Amino acid sequence: MKPIALIIRRELAAYLRSPLGWVVAAVLLLIDGLAFNVFAVGSDTARKSSEVISQFFFFSGGLAEAAGLFLAMRLIAEERQTGTINLLFSSPVRDYQIVLGKFFAALLFLIGIHILSIYMPLMVLLHGKVAKGHLVAGYLGVVLMGSTGLAIGMFASSLTRSQLVAIVVGAAISVALLLSWLLAPVTDRPFDQFFSWLALWNKHFPSFMRGSISLQDVAYYLSMTYVFLFATTRVLESRRWSS
Amino acid sequence: MIEVEDLTKYYGGKRAIHDLCFRIEKGEIVGFLGLNGAGKTTTLRILGCLILPSSGVVRIDGMDLADSAHEIRKRLGFLPDTPPLYDEMSVQDYLRFVAELKGVSSKNLRRYVGDALATCNLNEVAADNISTLSHGYRQRVGLAQSIVHKPSLLILDEPTSGLDPVQIVEMRELIKRLGGEHTVLLSSHILTEISQTSDRLLVIDRGKLVADGTEESISQQAHGSAQGGVLELEVEGDGDSSAEQARQAIGRVPGVIVARVVSKQARRARLEVECSDDRRSQVARAVVESGLGLLLLQRKALELESIFQRLVHPSHPQPPST
Repeated sequence: MKPIALIIRRELAAYLRSPLGWVVAAVLLLIDGLAFNVFAVGSDTARKSSEVISQFFFFSGGLAEAAGLFLAMRLIAEERQTGTINLLFSSPVRDYQIVLGKFFAALLFLIGIHILSIYMPLMVLLHGKVAKGHLVAGYLGVVLMGSTGLAIGMFASSLTRSQLVAIVVGAAISVALLLSWLLAPVTDRPFDQFFSWLALWNKHFPSFMRGSISLQDVAYYLSMTYVFLFATTRVLESRRWSS
Repeated sequence: MIEVEDLTKYYGGKRAIHDLCFRIEKGEIVGFLGLNGAGKTTTLRILGCLILPSSGVVRIDGMDLADSAHEIRKRLGFLPDTPPLYDEMSVQDYLRFVAELKGVSSKNLRRYVGDALATCNLNEVAADNISTLSHGYRQRVGLAQSIVHKPSLLILDEPTSGLDPVQIVEMRELIKRLGGEHTVLLSSHILTEISQTSDRLLVIDRGKLVADGTEESISQQAHGSAQGGVLELEVEGDGDSSAEQARQAIGRVPGVIVARVVSKQARRARLEVECSDDRRSQVARAVVESGLGLLLLQRKALELESIFQRLVHPSHPQPPST
């Protein structure tokens, strides 16, 4: 466990001391705020508070996924580019510890950014009502979405030395997963159900947006995260022995 | 300490090293010598538990590398050809991180980091960001990270590359001092460098071990007999054929194994003659009797440089020594 904690500490410090972390945070909060003002509270007709909040989580979830990709793109590609990966590989640290340490550091940073966005739903309190449960469910969804984005981004990052290639591959995987439900109507059973279940957003996120936590959806995001982290570990292992 | 048997490594279809066998005892400083691409880095990376060999056995402290890599990594310090530095950290924080990563207990942490800083003369930059350091300092921080947990085995891949002459001397002294407590493996393609620091040399060429021993024993190995040697001579003649003429004349002297023309100017030529024992007077007479002027005749000091050339390219003539 100790190596994981060490890597988390170092990676978190790296986000705080490098421009990337701050740029991602600033851009995410900027777009989140813009979208909130324009779409969630900016409409002419009167709306229910819960609708506004649900719109807020719609944007936040998408942004968390995108920010996850950007935060994760450097995690392994950069270490391979600069050769620092050799330090980790020649130290008594297991591959899964490297992967988990980096993942949790990025996740903590991402959660930190989203904590800063909480003023937006709280603003709704001025003229409306906000259910605590709605916020908890919404933010849980956002974090799960972000963790999936991070896992996908990290998998992409493990495939290449170039951060640019990593972000492109990560984005491609994400878009493919987001749109996989489009395949459902044109495929036969049981694939149609599979593709519709696989979609990153379609079936799974709306319930969080509305403020309900369904175990199925939590399980979906956790398993997506697990699958990509596991794949990352395997890629790391094979790279270690072959290059 | 280290036993290596029939070590072979393929990258795809390309063979990087081939059936390496050697033993290294505790406390030795061993230099790996070879041209770029000879397989030094591959060998060191295998010993550093960074990559697995395709076949062969490596035992470090009696533990098999294939089974106990994790255990071996705890006693290992590794400096790759580019030091693995995190630019955004300060020197001190970085060394602390490495020490903890290698499993130094929190009780010893401060002392170990202090020792590494002192050993590598890094105290004045301890609080600086690594990104602000010059190349020489970066190399020293790289060395510091490899010794911070006081490993029993230290592997340094080209530790002096890119350093200026003063820094090279410093680095050399540093490595010599480390030899007492650590077993040190280092690599270089610069001979003078490595022969001054190492107790023993392993010469690798195109993935094969071509020589193993001290500088003297390798030089003997390269020249066959210890009695024999190489003569260097300069002759002067009238025509273009004088060099060839001298070569033939010398070749007829009994005891001469081979005579080569090293360089030719307008009227002068430099030759090298390999003989089974000391034949200076006979060679001199042969040159003079063939009608040429003898300008210089001496035993050639056997430099590592030329030994290396011969080990690596036995068929090529040696370049003139200066």
